[in-house]
Amino acid sequence: MKGMTIIVKTISSWVKVLIFIFGIYIILFGHLTPGGGFAGGVILASSYVLLMLAFGGDFVQKDLPLALDSKLDCLGAIMFVMIAILGSVFSGAFLANFLVDKYGAPLELLSAGTIPLSNIAIGLKVGASLFLVIFSLSICHKGAELDGE
Amino acid sequence: MAVFYILLIFIIIASLIAVETTDLLSAVICIGAMGFGVSLMFLFLRAPDIAITQIVVEVLGLIILIRATISRDLTFISGDKEFFATIVSVVIVFMIFLAGLKVFETLPDFGTPIFAEVPKAASQTYIEEGLARTGAANVVSSVILDYRAYDTLGEATVLFTSIIGATVILRRTAKRKTDTLQPASPS
Repeated sequence: MKGMTIIVKTISSWVKVLIFIFGIYIILFGHLTPGGGFAGGVILASSYVLLMLAFGGDFVQKDLPLALDSKLDCLGAIMFVMIAILGSVFSGAFLANFLVDKYGAPLELLSAGTIPLSNIAIGLKVGASLFLVIFSLSICHKGAELDGE
Repeated sequence: MAVFYILLIFIIIASLIAVETTDLLSAVICIGAMGFGVSLMFLFLRAPDIAITQIVVEVLGLIILIRATISRDLTFISGDKEFFATIVSVVIVFMIFLAGLKVFETLPDFGTPIFAEVPKAASQTYIEEGLARTGAANVVSSVILDYRAYDTLGEATVLFTSIIGATVILRRTAKRKTDTLQPASPS
């Protein structure tokens, strides 16, 4: 898949960094402001989709290989399940908030127990999954076009 | 409250055009306008979490649909719609609408919480004790990640398995078709 002209490439390489940092902000502040893991994960995926549309599929394949993307997806899922199991080990109930009141005070960035950790796990998982699907769809499309169909 | 009716008419007109037009690109753009109108509606109904998620997922879906549309040779929808399927779907939607009308009569006015009508509703516990017991200022986050975290686990599992299925099928097709043209992707 080809990329676009040099003006588009220059601007989108700057804008991609801003979108990526905005997605991380939405995930990290999920327990204080609207947003949370799902919306922030989709924003992370869309920053890499911008890179793929502007630079072409081969550049992004070197930047974030599909193998690394699958591993990040599985890492996010395992983190969420580990938080659930640790809640059962420490507090007796599956998915219990076992870190509540252990660190920080309410209305600060470091607070609310396992909620920021769950947000980070879900954001990682959703972002990696959605980019994996969109990239696989575009590879399939390129194969269909080049085959003459 | 007038802005609600304006947005509602905008969404209905956009969806009618999306269904009735024969040009594929126009239909996709109308779907995008409809999703944007729904996101604005959520914002005016004071639900910013859903509005953020709706707008970003709609933009991503729009990118996929436009790429799928402009790479086709034929961009016109042809053929007749089935008459019987249309009638059955209209009848089912109308019956659900009638049932929904009966439910909406029992709800309180917009802006008053539901525990004004039902004194022991669960939302009273969430609003009164949410900040003190979970420490999160965003009550929506504390509900979906602490009180009802099991539903989030189910949703994450559904997303995970569907993405695995889609990636396995798509990658097998891509490997077979682009075998001679590019090296196989690492797995």
